[in-house]
Amino acid sequence: MDVGLLGQYVMNGLMLGMMYALVAVGFTLFFGVMDIINFAHGDVLTVGAFAALATILGLAGIGVDSPWIQLAGATLVAVTTMAALGAVIARTLVLPLKGAPPLNTLLITLMLGTALHEGVRLFYPQGANPQRFPSLLPTDAYSFGHFTLRIDSLLVLTTGLLLIVGIHLLINRTKLGLAIRAVAQDEDTAKTMGINYTLIVLATFAIGSGLAAFAGVLHGLYYSEVNFAMGLLLGVIGFSAAIVGGLGNIYGAILGGFLFSALQTIGVLAMPFASAYKDVFAFAVVILIMAWRPTGLISEKISQRV
Amino acid sequence: MFFKAIKHAGFALAAVLALGLGLNPAPADAKTKVKVGFIGPLTGGTSSNGLGGRNSADLAVKLRNADKKAKYEYEMVVQDDECKPNIGVQAATKFGASKDIIAAATHYCSAVAISTVDVYHKFGLPVIVWGAVLPEITYGNDYKEIHRVNGTMINQNETAATFMRGLGYNTWAIIHDTTDYGKGHDKYFTQYVEKAGGKILGRFGVTSDQQDFSAELTKIKSLNPQVLYFGGLTPIGVRIRAQMDKLGVNALFQGTSGIVSDTFIQGSGPLAEGVLAFREGAPTEKLPGGKFFLEQYGKHKYAEPPEAYGAFAFAAMTLILDTIEKVGPDRKKVRDTLNKVAGKNAADSITGKISFDDHGQNTIALITKYVAQDGKWVIWEDSEYASGKRKLKGK
Repeated sequence: MDVGLLGQYVMNGLMLGMMYALVAVGFTLFFGVMDIINFAHGDVLTVGAFAALATILGLAGIGVDSPWIQLAGATLVAVTTMAALGAVIARTLVLPLKGAPPLNTLLITLMLGTALHEGVRLFYPQGANPQRFPSLLPTDAYSFGHFTLRIDSLLVLTTGLLLIVGIHLLINRTKLGLAIRAVAQDEDTAKTMGINYTLIVLATFAIGSGLAAFAGVLHGLYYSEVNFAMGLLLGVIGFSAAIVGGLGNIYGAILGGFLFSALQTIGVLAMPFASAYKDVFAFAVVILIMAWRPTGLISEKISQRV
Repeated sequence: MFFKAIKHAGFALAAVLALGLGLNPAPADAKTKVKVGFIGPLTGGTSSNGLGGRNSADLAVKLRNADKKAKYEYEMVVQDDECKPNIGVQAATKFGASKDIIAAATHYCSAVAISTVDVYHKFGLPVIVWGAVLPEITYGNDYKEIHRVNGTMINQNETAATFMRGLGYNTWAIIHDTTDYGKGHDKYFTQYVEKAGGKILGRFGVTSDQQDFSAELTKIKSLNPQVLYFGGLTPIGVRIRAQMDKLGVNALFQGTSGIVSDTFIQGSGPLAEGVLAFREGAPTEKLPGGKFFLEQYGKHKYAEPPEAYGAFAFAAMTLILDTIEKVGPDRKKVRDTLNKVAGKNAADSITGKISFDDHGQNTIALITKYVAQDGKWVIWEDSEYASGKRKLKGK
């Protein structure tokens, strides 16, 4: 295989891995602080992407033509509204069920996810159809043999990677991050140390959901298309990536995301005439990894599994 | 209605009336009454197509009854299949069991048509399918009773392959979804394009809700085909077209009937320009007898429009009536005569010639070629690509 082609595969893999990692980080954050799995996460991403699309169309409608302002406005609206939505989900659905069996939270978020994407399908104009996401980034392309590098793809990838680094810094270098880690490690001790538990849970959900919205915008920019079902598989893959990496561990989620995209790409390369089975291949390998390391590749430092 | 009134009033009065009104004399003797059937979805989600088909078949019967040279007087019995296989089988059984129904034009929905073929065979009722497109309806059995005037994805791909080879394209890569629809397109397009001397460089099955095609498209890029053939529906068609652009896949995008929709053009934006696609049938006004049909249809003031397949229902019913005129109201004779409608005996219809193969499938099925131009699907022959004003990719 020539270098250009290899470069293209690596680029594709990085891009996919970045998206998966962004979603997986959300799952792992929620699990870390609350020990719950939020299955509405993928659909929050969908709603975020549509919020961004609506903002772009709205800004274009009132005569704001600069793509940079449109993009900044769209990202701002998507991230803040989804962060708010995340906090509302935590306040109204997750926290009240804190004492209930985990199955209840799982079910309620699953149903909320369905309500969210069905809402997009029914209430967004022509929501059942795929929607074109405008290209707001420069589309210059450079070709090196089989490798085509587009500026917009490069920007999307860099932004995504910076975002992951940013989350890492937030969790490990700030007071908020310290509080989140404290709650994740031991809720009761954290409370006695004067940490506002409810506030931290809401903040965590806001961060995770805002991140999903950002991932939704990047997704739209990269694929030039958004649809109401885009969050479904992304949610499942992000969840698997989080589990494989080690639920509750941020590095694990990032690792899991890139691992999953690598598996999918290898799946197509290894079985060129059975490319429809690439997800089967990737999930099968995930199952094997789970059998090998049930707590994930990087397990929590303090494991409290019963 | 007018003619029925004449019949009831009796010959003498009829003659007087006719002369008085300055019309041609009414039939001198009462004609034998012959019953023919029509089945389609008259209620439910696809009822607009069913009602259009019924009106069109009814028009064929009315025009025949108005023709004084006709040997018989026809009555069309109508059943609703609701686009549901179980209801369709009931309707088919009713027709099959009524021995006075000589032949029928049946079904718009593929799922219904495929589940009723056994019934028609069992009762020996010759039928002509007027709207369902699934290849297996005619090709999945050897029943002499089953015929079809409209084309299938087989005809669509035969036309597509010949046409594309004619434009000078030699190499293809295929992406198809793994439903029956996508797999069928893959199979038939490969078959015909290879027969025509084209080469398939690679083939990729994808799920119908897949989001990312970068791995497949990168592979395709390294194969460097002239054309990317896509057998599937609009949603992933939009995604593939957008991602081709991102990855610098510089092939012409060729789709099937599954992407001939406004949604594809809206979803792809400027990238839709120059995309080719093929679909069974044609806009009614473009049919050889389309103008005549629409004129007559308008004159009879039906409440519902004929829809895309109305002309085929009209053609199917007309062929049934022609055959009965020729050999008389006898199921077996009608069946055998219909099976001989081929080659030199090909029948003329408003949709063009009709010629059945061994399976009763019309082989001169009408397929329309489309190209996306300025945000619209334009019939190839009317496009600036055909006139040479614009150039397709790789030309």
